Amino acid sequence: MVICALQASTRPDGFMSLDRDDVIKIAHLARLELSEQELDVYTQSLSRILGLIEQMNAVDTTGIVPMAHPRDVSLRLREDSITETDQREKYQAIAPAVEAGLYLVPRVIE
Amino acid sequence: MFHKKTIAELSGDLAKKTCSSVELTAGFLDRIEQHKDLNAYITVDRDQALTQAREADVMIQHGKATALTGIPIAQKDIFCTQGMLTTCGSKILSNFISPYDATLIARLKQAGAVVLGKTNMDEFAMGSSNETSFYGPVKNPWDTSRVPGGSSGGSAAATAARLAPAATGTDTGGSIRQPAAFCGITGLKPSYGRVSRFGMIAFASSLDQAGPMTQSAKDAAILLNAMAGFDDKDSTSSGIAVPDFTETLNHDLQGLRIGLPEEFFGEGLNSEVASVVEEAIGEYKKLGAEIVKVSLPNSHLAVPCYYVLAPAEASSNLSRYDGVRYGLRAQEYGDLIDMYQKTRAQGFGDEVKRRIMIGTYALSAGYYDAYYLKAQQLRRLIAEDFNQVFEQCDVLMGPTSPTTAFKLGDKTDDPVAMYLNDIYTISVNLAGLPGISVPAGFDSQGLPVGLQIIGKYFDEARLLNVAHRYQMVTDWHRRMPKEYA
Repeated sequence: MVICALQASTRPDGFMSLDRDDVIKIAHLARLELSEQELDVYTQSLSRILGLIEQMNAVDTTGIVPMAHPRDVSLRLREDSITETDQREKYQAIAPAVEAGLYLVPRVIE
Repeated sequence: MFHKKTIAELSGDLAKKTCSSVELTAGFLDRIEQHKDLNAYITVDRDQALTQAREADVMIQHGKATALTGIPIAQKDIFCTQGMLTTCGSKILSNFISPYDATLIARLKQAGAVVLGKTNMDEFAMGSSNETSFYGPVKNPWDTSRVPGGSSGGSAAATAARLAPAATGTDTGGSIRQPAAFCGITGLKPSYGRVSRFGMIAFASSLDQAGPMTQSAKDAAILLNAMAGFDDKDSTSSGIAVPDFTETLNHDLQGLRIGLPEEFFGEGLNSEVASVVEEAIGEYKKLGAEIVKVSLPNSHLAVPCYYVLAPAEASSNLSRYDGVRYGLRAQEYGDLIDMYQKTRAQGFGDEVKRRIMIGTYALSAGYYDAYYLKAQQLRRLIAEDFNQVFEQCDVLMGPTSPTTAFKLGDKTDDPVAMYLNDIYTISVNLAGLPGISVPAGFDSQGLPVGLQIIGKYFDEARLLNVAHRYQMVTDWHRRMPKEYA
């Protein structure tokens, strides 16, 4: 029952499907470079996954309080005090590019 | 013979000094080398393991041993391990030597356990077959043409083939229970908040939970004793008291109310899996349990709901891999954005990219309410279904997975077919409940079948008790794949 219903939601009319331009935008937001060929592949597979997700619309959820966390507990607070020790050298030892204690990246301000 | 023994048995041998931790650890290291073809491990550091074993032997000599002192444990490569390569199955972390220990690793080291090696896994725990690993797929020791399940596939295969007495895993949508079922071992996903997530590389933070993967429920109890407990470094760690999980293992099951959700036995369930599970439930009746028919009417929404929430959280969590502070950076790039895009394009595999993009889309302006908010509302409906049925019963039972292990390559071209592997496990993560998979028999091809038992919040002791009593009257959990016996 479950499997049939989910497969049927991959609709041939492509109601929820994405086009190449959508995927270009999403990939940019996600900071992922995609080749032309990859664009086609992802356009297809992402649309298929959205078809699965569309199954959610079968249920009316008006008025239901969203559940962000499995136990509905609020995050605990702690004293605003310094607990971390300085471990810069240790952490920067595994960085791709550092100099004088700074992480190096391409120039962002001209 | 040592490899056929459980943690409980090996612990006894170490205490009686019939063997040392160094002998034991060297023995397992040799087995790992001998069965490299399974690809169960990504990293094994022989010297470091033997150094820890020597330290454990000293602890034992001094009478300071715990139940885990000197026991070699395979660690899923999702746990940061100081001074050791920690890849999370990804190319983007292929050069990441962790500068610190995850709390789980620190606790197990504290108890005297030896880090035997780091096990293979789906990249960033995203997968149900271990085929998304940058380090190649793991093979199922029961049939090496089949997958071990995922994402904790290396841990499951290593335990099943006895390349470790036990292992750790993590479970975001079924990643401990499904590979445990496929490989014929015991795998427990504790309640959300029970085991610290600090230093456990994040996939979907509101769902991720670490747990033991073992030969028996008793071993799972021993491991969980050391793993569980409040951790100040994890903001969602629970302060609830941690019992000694081994103390209640033998409690009588007379009058135990077992709920069978009708949705777990519907169409889509392989008939051989169904009959194995029904037989297991029959054993429970003999042990004095009562059967209650129940319904989880929204459980069919769990998979679509999960494939919004988990990718949304992942797209946020994985934004940290930018080639700046650690991990891979692309060789050639232009400006900063180009560096990010090329680094991430080269460092992530297909499935991870897919999930990052689905999550990015679901969270993007104009779509948030339709996807993310909607999924959170469904999550509440799914969780409330469980609250209601647990008024009528003590535990729920059903299959862990709709089928036994499938062939390598069978589902790699169809992400949605792959996702449906987790139809019985995902709802448990959404609700944050504990669940365990226990070996319950085999199909006609000799592949293991797992029985899933789901419990109330923080009721792991009961799950382990229910699993242990079954293992006292059956021997499915003692079966081993022939080639590795």
